Amino acid sequence: MSLYQLQKFLYELNRDSGVQRRYQADLEELLEEYDLSDEEAGALRDGDVGLLYVLGVNGQILMHYAAFLGIEWFDYLQMMRTGIEKHGAVRDGIYAMTGGGESFTAEETNR
Amino acid sequence: MSLVYAGVCSHAPGITGRANLVENTALRDEFYEHLEAMRTDIADAGAEALVVIAAEHFANFFMNNMPAYCIGMSDKYYGPIEDPQWLGIEKRDIPGNADLSRRLTIEVMNTIDVAYAEEWKFDHGIMVPLNFLTPNYDMPIVPVNINCQGPPLTPLPRAWKFGEALRRACDSVDEKIALVATGGISHWPATPDSGKINEPWDRDFLDRLMRHDKAALLDYDDVQTYADAGQGGFEIRTFIAAAAAAGVPGTLQFYTAELPIFAVGCTVAKFDL
Ligand SMILES: [Fe+2]
Repeated sequence: MSLYQLQKFLYELNRDSGVQRRYQADLEELLEEYDLSDEEAGALRDGDVGLLYVLGVNGQILMHYAAFLGIEWFDYLQMMRTGIEKHGAVRDGIYAMTGGGESFTAEETNR
Repeated sequence: MSLVYAGVCSHAPGITGRANLVENTALRDEFYEHLEAMRTDIADAGAEALVVIAAEHFANFFMNNMPAYCIGMSDKYYGPIEDPQWLGIEKRDIPGNADLSRRLTIEVMNTIDVAYAEEWKFDHGIMVPLNFLTPNYDMPIVPVNINCQGPPLTPLPRAWKFGEALRRACDSVDEKIALVATGGISHWPATPDSGKINEPWDRDFLDRLMRHDKAALLDYDDVQTYADAGQGGFEIRTFIAAAAAAGVPGTLQFYTAELPIFAVGCTVAKFDL
């Protein structure tokens, strides 16, 4: 419902070192500036990439956020798949999963 | 005529950030060699500035105020916004040329209501190509963006007209300009389907691009593109604008769908100016 606000939070976090400092110093105070649902705020508190993906966050925004959190690439892909298993299909946006969750990358399959 | 070089190449964070995870290192290195050849072609053409037509991923523009087209107008840019270790590219300043940008923008404005930006943070969409094309960051960059991320997106015929306007702008200045469009063709980046590539779709698009077949290039609609080529396919706008700017057929120098760890088909091509 407030996907716009959720993505705006992540957009500003991703690009602005000042916002990143505030995120580290006092996440709750930062969250207050955005009109987020409890589910969205909770996903941000937990760094729950899988739920954020299901909520419809644009993959580019989510990918940069995952990098900010220090999440390794294949773990990032798996977190989105796990999010779908747990919460169902992507609810909004243009980054829905099109396959059945299989990997398209030999390097991931061969791990 | 002061457009001295025009080409297209792929961008994706994996191209630099996941280089060490690639299994087919010979193919990876062949791709890098073609990017290096693009660098020398640009240098040999005597280019004094590089216009990069990019499709950024929410580094500067968001749905609060989304321009269909924007040109950077600063003497200095900054990037990457991403974690440098993740991207494999250190954060740094990148030179621009505000005066050149202003002259280009004024000319483009005669036919296109382009936005301009006096600050601009580059993401992987520009930083990855620059990592190969201007590794010493010694050439002024003019960043240009076409919104390919936040629909509604500009229609393809408008992207063509924007490319033509850019060409007129390049030809109106004294500096020798190189122009490179970066994008993906079909890809599903940053999703669990990352690495999925529709190679026949890519090759058909590249055939249209290299033949300079305007009617065929503009004969895509976003619903079908989304189905066949993913949300990443929306980035064909940058390649189409480059073709319009070049105004001539081109030569496909490299394409592979066999580096899925990069999450995009890897393309290097130049227009035969
Ligand atoms: Fe992209």
